[in-house]
Amino acid sequence: MNTTDINYSKTGKSRPPPANTVGLIGWVRTNLFSGLLNTCLTFISCYLLWLIIPPLLDWAIFSADFTGNVGRECTTDGACWAWLDQRIEQFLYGFYPAGSYWRVNLAILLLFPALAYVLFENLPFCNYGRWYSLAYPFLAAFLLVGGFGLEGITTDKFGGFMLNLVAGLSGIIFSLPIGILLALGRRSKLPAVRLLSVTFIEFIRGVPLITLLFVAIIILQLFLPPNVSVDQLVRVMIMITLFASAYMAEVIRGGLQAIPNGQYEAAQAMGLGYWQSMRLIILPQALKISIPGIVNTFIGLFKDTTLVIIIGLFDILGQARVLQTNPDWMGKVDHETYLLAAIFFFVICFSISRYSINLEKRLDTNRD
Amino acid sequence: MARNGEQTQNTGFKLVNLWTDERYRGLIFQFALVLALFIFIAFIVSNTIQNLKTAGLASGYSFIFDTASFDINQRLIEYSSTSTYGRAIIVGGLNTIVVAVLGIFASTIIGFFAGILRLSNNFLISRLVTVYVEFIRNVPVLLQIIFWWVILLALPKVRQSLSIGDSIFLNNRGVRLPSPIFEDGSLFVLAAFVLGIVLSLFIRRWSLKRQEVTGQTLPIGIISIALIAVLPVLVYIIAGQPIEFQAPLRGKFNLRGGLNITPEFVALWLALSTYTAAFISEIVRSGILSVSSGQKEAARALGLKQNITMRKIVLPQALRVIIPPLTSQYLNLTKNSSLAVAIGYQDIVSIGDTVLNQSGQALEMISIFMAFYLTLSLATSAFMNWYNEKIKLVER
Amino acid sequence: MKYKLLGTLVATAAFACVSIANAGTLNEVLKRGHLKCAINTGLPGFAYTDDKGNWTGFDVAYCRALAAAVLGDPNKVKYKNTTGKTRFPTLASGEVDVLSRNTTWTLSRDVDLGFTFLGVSYYDGQGFIGRKSLGVKSAKELDGASVCIQTGTTTELNLADFFRSNNIKYEPVPIETNSEARAGYLAERCDVYTTDASGLAATKSTFKDASKHMVFPEIISKEPLGPLVRQGDDQWADIGRWVLNSLIIAEELNITKANVSAKANGTKNPEVNRLLGTEGSIGKMLGLDPKWAVRAISAHGNYSEIFEKFIGKNTPLGLARGQNALYNKGGILYAPPVR
Repeated sequence: MNTTDINYSKTGKSRPPPANTVGLIGWVRTNLFSGLLNTCLTFISCYLLWLIIPPLLDWAIFSADFTGNVGRECTTDGACWAWLDQRIEQFLYGFYPAGSYWRVNLAILLLFPALAYVLFENLPFCNYGRWYSLAYPFLAAFLLVGGFGLEGITTDKFGGFMLNLVAGLSGIIFSLPIGILLALGRRSKLPAVRLLSVTFIEFIRGVPLITLLFVAIIILQLFLPPNVSVDQLVRVMIMITLFASAYMAEVIRGGLQAIPNGQYEAAQAMGLGYWQSMRLIILPQALKISIPGIVNTFIGLFKDTTLVIIIGLFDILGQARVLQTNPDWMGKVDHETYLLAAIFFFVICFSISRYSINLEKRLDTNRD
Repeated sequence: MARNGEQTQNTGFKLVNLWTDERYRGLIFQFALVLALFIFIAFIVSNTIQNLKTAGLASGYSFIFDTASFDINQRLIEYSSTSTYGRAIIVGGLNTIVVAVLGIFASTIIGFFAGILRLSNNFLISRLVTVYVEFIRNVPVLLQIIFWWVILLALPKVRQSLSIGDSIFLNNRGVRLPSPIFEDGSLFVLAAFVLGIVLSLFIRRWSLKRQEVTGQTLPIGIISIALIAVLPVLVYIIAGQPIEFQAPLRGKFNLRGGLNITPEFVALWLALSTYTAAFISEIVRSGILSVSSGQKEAARALGLKQNITMRKIVLPQALRVIIPPLTSQYLNLTKNSSLAVAIGYQDIVSIGDTVLNQSGQALEMISIFMAFYLTLSLATSAFMNWYNEKIKLVER
Repeated sequence: MKYKLLGTLVATAAFACVSIANAGTLNEVLKRGHLKCAINTGLPGFAYTDDKGNWTGFDVAYCRALAAAVLGDPNKVKYKNTTGKTRFPTLASGEVDVLSRNTTWTLSRDVDLGFTFLGVSYYDGQGFIGRKSLGVKSAKELDGASVCIQTGTTTELNLADFFRSNNIKYEPVPIETNSEARAGYLAERCDVYTTDASGLAATKSTFKDASKHMVFPEIISKEPLGPLVRQGDDQWADIGRWVLNSLIIAEELNITKANVSAKANGTKNPEVNRLLGTEGSIGKMLGLDPKWAVRAISAHGNYSEIFEKFIGKNTPLGLARGQNALYNKGGILYAPPVR
């Protein structure tokens, strides 16, 4: 045996690993170039990145024009962002009177404590907090629409991103009780109740939201007695709520199914009636399990609120189109306006989905 | 239950039993619910009839036999402005089905690839796919449809079309392909094609049985491709080339002849496919992750290569987890195709909307929409449920 | 107790959204305090937003004149923007009181869809716009061309009729709004764009190099554009009709925005006096107060002032009065007498 081969036996120390398996070079070798296929893929993706990213950044930021009053003053080849300082309010608030922006901001600010009391437990003032969450929709409606002392603002002035938020949030909030009822109805032992729930849920899930919106603006008026008219935004919100409640019912049904039978049986053994056991034992657990699903439904619904542009309401996408037809900016801002709307949605939806994944992990560890 | 000493009182039927006795309470409640529903429906129907009468609008489905008087550019069947509204609606329905089916195919393929790639150990690829998935999932699909349409509008103009061999043209008015003209012998070619598929299915089944007995495999993939592709071509040549392809010609304004695929269709198809593929990739990824790693390790211990492991061991088990959520994604794609109205692709919603405006029959038209989409949804769910049943884990 | 409170809250909220309308649109408008008017989503000259975000334009001016006549203030209007497809359901459902959106008066809309037209505010016709580089001089040479067309409009039907009767074929490119049409036409997605001639002028005014485009000589249809209301309310239709007429008659009688308040005190011309309320009881017949026409004319002036301000020669649209001049000045604008 050659002693130089086994030199660790002499000194007792081990040699460091080869230089090309650790550190940056090692990482690059294993993760980027570990085989023929991987190497090819790495080169292809580098090429694609090189094709797309630099021109995009150049157009959007480096060559872009940030100042000016009318479209004509955007003379560079890059994007034209000069309209931002003039028009950003219309993108956010639509046609809402400028003096009343504080009401919208206040309503959004007050949303966070209302949500917190719903999602978390063991917060200070828990009891009052629950009632506050319950009263929040009415408070928000009062702030936005007026009456009782605040100047009245009609709903046709709602527009921009605010309209998406109002439609999405109210859809989810009001669809929660209806969804719970439908989910319970679908699991009920009474055949008529079960049949009605299943029919409603499958019907709503089988048709696209756009047909329901057409119903809201064209047909719902026919269903009401003559001389009775309901505000258009309210009609749209009713259909969005019905649409969301069908999906919510499926999510809650999944939550109800995940609760072990032992809970139902123990509640019965304690002598609790159906509604009592639902209210005190089953539903709190089911809702807690379903929160990630509910948040996902909200993200989907929030993205779907852009469909109102097809029926003539001016949400943020509609504001983008309005700006494109304005004679001052015509022809210059087509891509930039859509990009801004996309960025708004991406930021909000991505943050919420990240939060929901976080929430899911946290809730998972609670249930051992 | 009677125990010693206790009497069970047979008190007879009291009216309060309707409320307190659980059997009757259920019945009464259901009866009341159905009654309330009937009253509600009657209320709505009577209001509707009265409102229609006041507005002087007719009702009934006879309008579908009226002349449409408008033209449709992308259509699968014959249609002209002298056809009826009914035919226009059928054209729209076919357009919806075409984009839905093609979208389902494309999104499944892209979604599976994206899901598998995201699990690759190549850092760049997996991060890139993650960025794609996260971006696409968080932007509304309507924005994406409009975005693709705007992109396709930037293709070269018709006079500077890109062309391949002067028979396939690409410009911002669409893709123009040579259109096939079927002559007499073409039926044989079609028969040969079908025969090739049937034969390859039989050979596949026979070779699997043979593999179970003897352990030897046949290269089924290559044999199937040979049968499906080569057989019809042979028949085509023998029958004297009965299918002619008519290449599009440059007309004064446009290209004439050939098969035209409008950019609205392509934009809608691309947007729907990439959007749904992002969701499908997440489903595929979670499906693959749900297969316990012991399976992969055992496969490696047996000496199986990476792609055989994926194809024969991991994916079949993952499919059981993947199929149910996949159904709802397919349904979503079908329903999202209704957004075609935003870019001018004439699917059933777009055409129906035009018919609604020209004829004034809103209620009937919307009921036709809903019936159509419900049928499509039910058919897709039924098919996927059948497939799910077939591959479900058979437990004792 | 808690649930009772909750229940009452919910019930009040529900009823707050529902309103019971009185019979008679006039009473409803007066009670409500503002006029609800449906306009375009954006058509240069006819309906567009100024830089403060307020809607203005030729069609919007009519709504403001109507609001001024009925309510006393031209700003008491709530606008609802409608596309070609949502305009009729919006009016039919009662959501707006009047539709002023460059809408063509046709038989089927009058009879089948259940509306009443208030008159013609603009006599228009359908035409084509195309690039001069196409090398065609007439629309009849457009065999095989791609044509951008807005769906759900009379223009769609007229286009089909025109090409069928001339035995030529075309490829329709359906679009929803004027701005999409403009984008598609400029990108050469279509060879020509067809809509009412006023819409063509509006679109052409937004081009960078308008001289490279030409409006073809053929006017292939009659498109009398005007405001409309629902059938069944004759009093409201009369008010709307006579507000429109008052603007035309004001031009005949040389009443302008500047001199209307002076003339409202009384002039030597009995017709002026009848219109402006110093003689006769026209206002009472309509159900309005005597100064209704004074207010209507003070909103934006008479017909020619409105025309010249929004779509006239000195605007980017550059439309000549043409057919829309008064009957005694070479056009066909003719309002019945105020008597």
